[in-house]
This record gives sequence, C-alpha cells and structure tokens, in this order.
Amino acid sequence: MKRILVVDDDPYILMSLEFVMKKAGHDVMIARNGAEAVEAINSFHPHLLLLDVMMPDVDGFSICRYIKANEKTKDIIVVFISARTQETDIEKGLQLGAARYICKPFSTRDIARHINELLAE
Amino acid sequence: MSSLLIITISLSYLAILFIIAYLVERRNQEEKQTGSSWIYALSLAVYCTGWTYYGSVGRAAVSGADFLTIYLGPSVMCAMFIPVLQKIIHICKTQRISSIADFISTRYGKNFSLGIIVTLCCVLGIIPYIALQLKAISNSFQMITGNSVSGGDHAFPDNSFVIAVVMAAFIVLFGTRSVDASERHRGIVAAIAFESVVKLIVFIAAGIFVTWGLYNGFGNLFDVAREQHFMQFLGLAPAGGYSNWLAMLLVAMLAVILLPRQFQVAVIENTDVRHLRRAAWLFPLYLLAINIFVVPIAIAGKHLLPAGVDADTYVLSVPLFAHAHTLAVFVYIGGLSAASGMIIVETIALATMVSNHLVFPTFLRSLHKRSAEMELSSRILLVRRVSIFAILLLAYLYDRYIAAYFSLVSIGVVSMAAVAQFAPAVFGGLYWKYASRKGAVAGIISGFVVWFYTLIFPSFAGAGFIGKSVLDAGPWGISWLRPQALLGLTDFGMLAHSLFWSLLINLLCYIVVSVLSTLSSEELVQAEIFTDLNDDEFQRGAVWKGTAYIADIRRLVSGFIGRERAYNLIASYAHRNQISTQEPEADPRIVVFAEKILSGVIGSASARFMISNATREEQISVEEVLNIVKESQQALELNKELRKKSIELTRATHLLQEANDQLRQADAIKDEFLYTVTHELRTPLTSIRAMSEIVYDNPDMEEPLRQEYLGNIVTEIERLSYLITQVLNLEKYESGRQKLHLHAVDISRLMQEVITALTPLAQPKGITISFHNPASMLIVQCDRDLIRQVGYNLIANALKYVPATGGQVDVSIRQENGEIFVWIEDNGRGVPVQLHTRIFEKFFQAQDQNLRKPEGSGLGLAICKRIMEMHGGRIWVENRMPEGARFIFALPFDI
Repeated sequence: MKRILVVDDDPYILMSLEFVMKKAGHDVMIARNGAEAVEAINSFHPHLLLLDVMMPDVDGFSICRYIKANEKTKDIIVVFISARTQETDIEKGLQLGAARYICKPFSTRDIARHINELLAE
Repeated sequence: MSSLLIITISLSYLAILFIIAYLVERRNQEEKQTGSSWIYALSLAVYCTGWTYYGSVGRAAVSGADFLTIYLGPSVMCAMFIPVLQKIIHICKTQRISSIADFISTRYGKNFSLGIIVTLCCVLGIIPYIALQLKAISNSFQMITGNSVSGGDHAFPDNSFVIAVVMAAFIVLFGTRSVDASERHRGIVAAIAFESVVKLIVFIAAGIFVTWGLYNGFGNLFDVAREQHFMQFLGLAPAGGYSNWLAMLLVAMLAVILLPRQFQVAVIENTDVRHLRRAAWLFPLYLLAINIFVVPIAIAGKHLLPAGVDADTYVLSVPLFAHAHTLAVFVYIGGLSAASGMIIVETIALATMVSNHLVFPTFLRSLHKRSAEMELSSRILLVRRVSIFAILLLAYLYDRYIAAYFSLVSIGVVSMAAVAQFAPAVFGGLYWKYASRKGAVAGIISGFVVWFYTLIFPSFAGAGFIGKSVLDAGPWGISWLRPQALLGLTDFGMLAHSLFWSLLINLLCYIVVSVLSTLSSEELVQAEIFTDLNDDEFQRGAVWKGTAYIADIRRLVSGFIGRERAYNLIASYAHRNQISTQEPEADPRIVVFAEKILSGVIGSASARFMISNATREEQISVEEVLNIVKESQQALELNKELRKKSIELTRATHLLQEANDQLRQADAIKDEFLYTVTHELRTPLTSIRAMSEIVYDNPDMEEPLRQEYLGNIVTEIERLSYLITQVLNLEKYESGRQKLHLHAVDISRLMQEVITALTPLAQPKGITISFHNPASMLIVQCDRDLIRQVGYNLIANALKYVPATGGQVDVSIRQENGEIFVWIEDNGRGVPVQLHTRIFEKFFQAQDQNLRKPEGSGLGLAICKRIMEMHGGRIWVENRMPEGARFIFALPFDI
C-alpha cells in the first residue's frame, strides 16, 4: 500500500481525487494549501504527491523544489496537476524534477493510470 | 612703490597671458575642439576697456547716471538681436570673412573701394581709442609708482612707447600665427577671457573695499553722498541732456557689433553659433556686475579726495589714499588687463583690415601673373606684422602729439559714433536685396564726413586750430552750417546732434543711391548670399563662368597657404562634393571654393582679383545671375518642400508605429485575458469532469454520496455559467456595446432592494446588514440594472470577507457637492493599501501569479468600475477604522 498526498485548493477536486485514489487501494491524505502540504510531507512521508500549482499561499513549484532539495524527501514522486497549461509551465514543472505534468481538466481515469505506472516502476 | 616692482609685475602679468595663449593654442592644435561658450561670452567683455575701467567712475562722478548707457546698449543688443548676430556669424563662416571691412566689401560685390573706405574710417576712428588705452596704462603706471603725471614732454622713449612696443610684440607672436585671417585665434581669445575675469574681480574687490572697508556699506555711502550734496549727479542729469542719453544708448548698441574688436571676438572668433545663447545672458550679467560699484567708488572719491584729483583716477587713487597698496597694485593690474585686452584685439582686427584692404590690393596688382606661383604666405605675414607695429606706432604718436589737445574722456564715444556709420550698410545689407555698392559707399562716406564735421571739427576749434567763430557763426558766416547746430538744430546734445545728422544723411544716401543705381552681376550674387541663400546645404558653386585649369588654381592657392595645405583642402572639398579633379579644367565650384580660401587670407576683393587673374573668366550677365538665383531659389523651395514632406512622412510613420504598438499592446492584453479566462474555466470543469467520472464509474456508490457528487456537479456548473456571464458582461461593457438605459432611479430604494435580495445569503451566516436610509428620496438618472449590479457585487463581496462570527455590513447613502455617495462597509480584514487600485483590475487575484481568489469570478470589481465609468461616476476603496473595508461608489446627479 502506497501513501499518496493530494494537494489542491479546490475542495471538489480534492474530494474526487481522494475518492479515486482510495478506491485504487492507496493510503491517501489531502492538503488544501502549501502549509498543510509541507506539514503532511514531513509527517505522512508520502511515496507520491499529486500537486496543484496555483494555491493561495505557496505555489506548487516551490513545494516541488523544496522536496527535491531535501535528502529525505527527494525520492518522492511528484505529479503536477495544474490549470496552467502553457508550454513554459510544463517545461518548468518537469525541470524541477516532477515525473508528470497533467493539465486540468484531467480525467480521473488518466490520473489513476499514470499513478499505477509510476508506482510500479 | 618702486617702478622696478611695478614693471616686473606688469611683465609677469603679460607673461601669464602669454602662457595661457600658448597653452590653449597648443592644445587646440592637438585636438580640434569647438571651444567653450563661457570663454566666448567672457571674451565679449573686451568691450570693457581701460576707458571703462577707470572712466566709468569718472563719468559717474562728473555727469551721473549716463555712464550706464554704455552698458545698457550692448545688453539690449545681446539679449534682443540674437537672430541678427546669428545671421552675421553664419555668413562670415561660410564666406570666410575676416573683418568688418571685409564683411561690407564682400556684401557689396567684393569691392576694393568699399574695403578701403571702411578700413580708413576704422583707422581714423579707432587709433585715438587705442591711444587712449596706452594713455590709461601709462597714467596708472605713473600713479602707482608715485611719479607725478606730467604732460607729453617726457623724454623719449617714454612709458607709452615701451608699452606700445611690448604690446606689438605680443600681438605679432599670437595674432599672426596663421595666414588665414578668418581662422580663429583660440589662444588670444582665451587670454582675453582671462583678462575679463581679472578686471571684473579686481574692480569688484576695489568696490567691496571702498563700500565696506572705508564705509559701512551702501546705506552709509549714500548717506554721505546726501550730506555732501553729491546726489544731483546720481540722477538723470547727463551732460548734454536726455537726447545724449538716447544717443549714447544707440551708439553703444551698434558699437558692440561694429567696433572692429567686437566684430572680431563676437563674429570672427566665434566657434559655434550656439555660444550666442550663453553670451546673451552672461555678457549683460558681466556688464551689470562690473557696474555695481561704480557709483560707490565715485562717491568715495568725491568725498575723500581733494577736489583737484581727476575723477578718472578714483579707482586707483582711492585705494592709494587709504594706503591699501596691495589692492592698488591689483587695481593697476585690472586696468592693465582692460586696456591691454582692448589693444590686442583691436590691433589684430585693424591690422587684418589694413593689410587686406589697403596693402594687398596695391601689392597684388603689381604682381605679375606668374609671380602668383611664389611663396606669398611669408610676405603676407610680414605685411600684417608691419601693420601691427604701424598701428601701435600711430596710436603712440597720436597719444604723444595730438591727444593732449583733446579731451580724452569722449574719445571712446567718438570712436563708437564713427563705427556706427557702418550700421546702415551692415544691417541693411543683411535684409535689403537691392542695396547697392554705390549706396553703401555714399552712405558711409557722407555719414563719416558729417561725423567728422560735427564731432571732431569742433574739437579743433576747442584746441585753437581754427577760430571759435566757426562754431558760433558757422563757416563763412553761414549759420545753418554751424558744426554743432546743423540746420539750426540746437535742441540736442553734441553727441545726439552728431549721431542724428550723420546717421540720417548716411541712411538717406544709402537708400536713395541704392534705389537709383543698377546692380552688377557680382553685387546681385552677393546680395542673394547675404539676404537669402545662406543655407549650408545649398551649393552655390555655379555662379562662375569661364575656363580655369585645376593646376592653376592649385598653384594660386599654394602660393598663399602652402602647397600641402592647398592640395589637401581642394582634394577634401572635391571629395565631399563628389567633384572630379582628374580633368585639367576645374569645376566652377572648385574655382569658387578657391576664391573663398583666398578670401580668408587676403579679403574677398583681393581674392576676387587673384582668381580673375589666374583664370579666363567670362563676364556673367545680370540675366544669367538672375536665372541662377531663380533656379537656386526654386531648388531651395523644392528642398524645403521635400524636407517638409519628409518631416510629414516621419511623423506619419511615427503615428503608425504608435498605433501599431497600441494594437500590439491591446492584443497582448486580450491574449492575457483569454488565457486567464480559460484558466478560470478549467477549475470548475476539472471538478465537474472528475465527479461525473466517479459517479459513472461507480454504479455501486451509496446513494447519499452519489447525491452529494451530483449536487456538487450542479453547483460547479452554476459557477461556470456565472463566470461565463460575467466575462461576457465585462466584454460588453468594455467594448462599449452596452447602451445605458437611463431612468430616474431612487438610489435608496434600489439599495434597499439589493439588501433584501441578499439577506437570505447573510442570515444563515449570522451576518447583519444594516441600512442607514436617508430621510429623503435621492433620485439619480442612471441605468437601474447596472447600478443594482454594482450594489449587489459590493455587498456580496462584503459578505464574503466579514468574520465568521459577528459579521456586520453597513450600507449608507449620502449626498455632497452634486454627487451621491453609497458606502458599503464591513468589519472584515480590510484591503492592504497597496492593493487599493489593483483590486479593481480584471482577475486581479488570478493575475497575481499563484494566488487565487477563494470564491467568485475575480471580475466583480472590474465590472463595477466599468459601470461607474460608464456613468461618469467613481468607485474606490478605503480602510475603515478600526477594521474592515469601505467601498464607496459615487454617482453624479447630472450625467
């Protein structure tokens, strides 16, 4: 059973992703903003992070940078889920070490497939 | 003080001038610079001679405020006639004119006789003026060394002679370095500027010493003057009455340009026409500064010194009287500065005129055609050097043998009145195309004769050369020919009388003779150049006809300025104007250019003569000249037209570019807007898609959960469609497609309706909305629906930001200065000041990169702002004390 942390500021998206991940048999935790996310990363030790980019406090890119810079957390798989869909954003996300950059509006089925792939590796 | 000390000091001072001149000259050879406008403006102050330096105080002490006219005139001229000066400078530069005589002679067809006449007038008028300077130096020398001033019966060589020789040597060393007289003497000009500073500082120092050292300031001095009854001379009671006042003013105005030395520094030595701008204020300021202490020193002199002391010496004798010997030495140096500066520049200018207009014409005529090949430049320099010595010798002789018979004080003004006779020819020649050579000759000669008869002749009588009866009864007893009352005019002072008649007759002769005479082709060409075609871009090369060989031209020019320089100048001119020099026959433009080079060296008339001698010239007929002029004018017109068109095109291009930039900017804004909108749409779309998929993929979901998901989907769809409506609304308002439907609306009722509509939203959260209703109805012409939307948005916004418990929204309406103000206040967090304008921008929070607004479209406030703008109203936010935000929108009563 893998631990997955979902970070997004939209309650409906959180709720949906939580539902889908749980159903796929993962241990899921949710965070509504950057601060909660950082706290959860340190206490929950997730294998994988579903990370929104635009949030009220900290942006997802910074969180990813934080994770990748830290020895203890740098192996966490990061998957961006974002409404920012420009090439430059996607490139930036991948450069920061994210495994995937999924554009909103995404399909929960695609998300599930991507996560299965990533966790199998 | 010992003579030896003073001589050493004087020579040291001259050595300093020498070093300054030398250093500047050398630096200028290394790097060609435009020169400084400060130096130019200061060099103009060579106008203040020794006569000024010592004489102003004397004049103030004797005849009162009329010493000021000598300075007011130039100030007026400098400040008000810049365009005239600019034109003169421009012409002199392009025509390589080397003196005032050359200017007049060039203007009227490059004529020998005019050059000779003007030069003779200048020599006659100016030599006494130079003599006066020598006198000033030797007198001050005698005073400071304590030798008594005695008459002209000194043993030879006397002081003045030594001074004249030293001056001549100095001038020869620095004034005749180049054969090209139209070239600038940077070194000399710098030295002159330095002298101007020295004499100003010393004079002011002397003034300060007198005013605060010997007295207790100006007030004390003037009290003394009042007690001693000196006041009458401070008023407007000039010798010769008010007419002399005006005459002096006019004479000084003209002199500041027409005196040979002033023409030299202001025109010939000018390196950049733009320097006039600074001179226009700095020179008058200088004159003001040097006059501040004239009256105080005059009062002190009158008060302290015995009656017999010459008022002209007060500047020096007051410090000597007060035993301020160091100051006295400096005052002496200041006087030396003033006098030597004048002598140097005046002599250079006169020597150029004498050699170019008196000596060369005869000398060059006697040359055989072949001898033009000879090396002439050294001979030209020799002539100029001899002229310098000759002029100073003449001045010395005048000082020693003639000056004693005349009153010295008026010599300066007399000289100025002499050069004033050039005014009609100079200024008329700039603007009147039909002025002729004969007119100029007639005007100058007649004016000069009248000048002589009315100003100089009476002094002869005063000196006892002729009977006094001539003054009282007129020559041969003809009373209307009396030199001081021509035609019975007795109301004017002597100067005013002379100036009136000489300038009047001068002007009349100039105009009448000009009108009666026909212009030669050469006069016509020059008239065009001076009045019209002084445009740099315009090539007037073709106004020459004949056959010339380039080898002849080169040889001729080489003779005057040296082979290497001649070849280089001609080659670079040909290159600049894309003229071929391969053919043996010279292009007419080359011929004209060569003539200009020679003009700078020997004056235009001689240059004309040399060129026509060295080539086979054909006489150009007046018709041809007129044709050329017409063509060139057409070309000029065309040129102007083209330039105008080009400017218009540039402007149009610029406008297009701006429009393009605006479009591009608008495009960028639109792109950004679109990006933000799609981004804002993605979020609800994401949740709708995700939740729909979940419901679809999980048929075995528990019913309540299913219901929740479906309910959420509906909410999100509503949010989506609200967002779309807002975007479309805003777009509609911004594009101007939304028309205002104006009605008389009672704002208080409208707000009440809005509050009623929003109460169901507020109540469950425990928020109270209170409405402070004004007593009367407030009717405004506005679009009911749009204003309702504004009220709705603002109150709904407030509801979002109030604290979770104890939320309070206050709505109130007030009326002030023709506007209705609606206040919506909450007790929430308030809005940070730096965001007070930004929150009205579209998607303000969305634009703020990674921060997103928790609820709403991000467009509400932008829409409100747009609606208010459409109504000619305003909307803004303030912070409310102690906490919360206050949104206010204001509607004008009459839109």
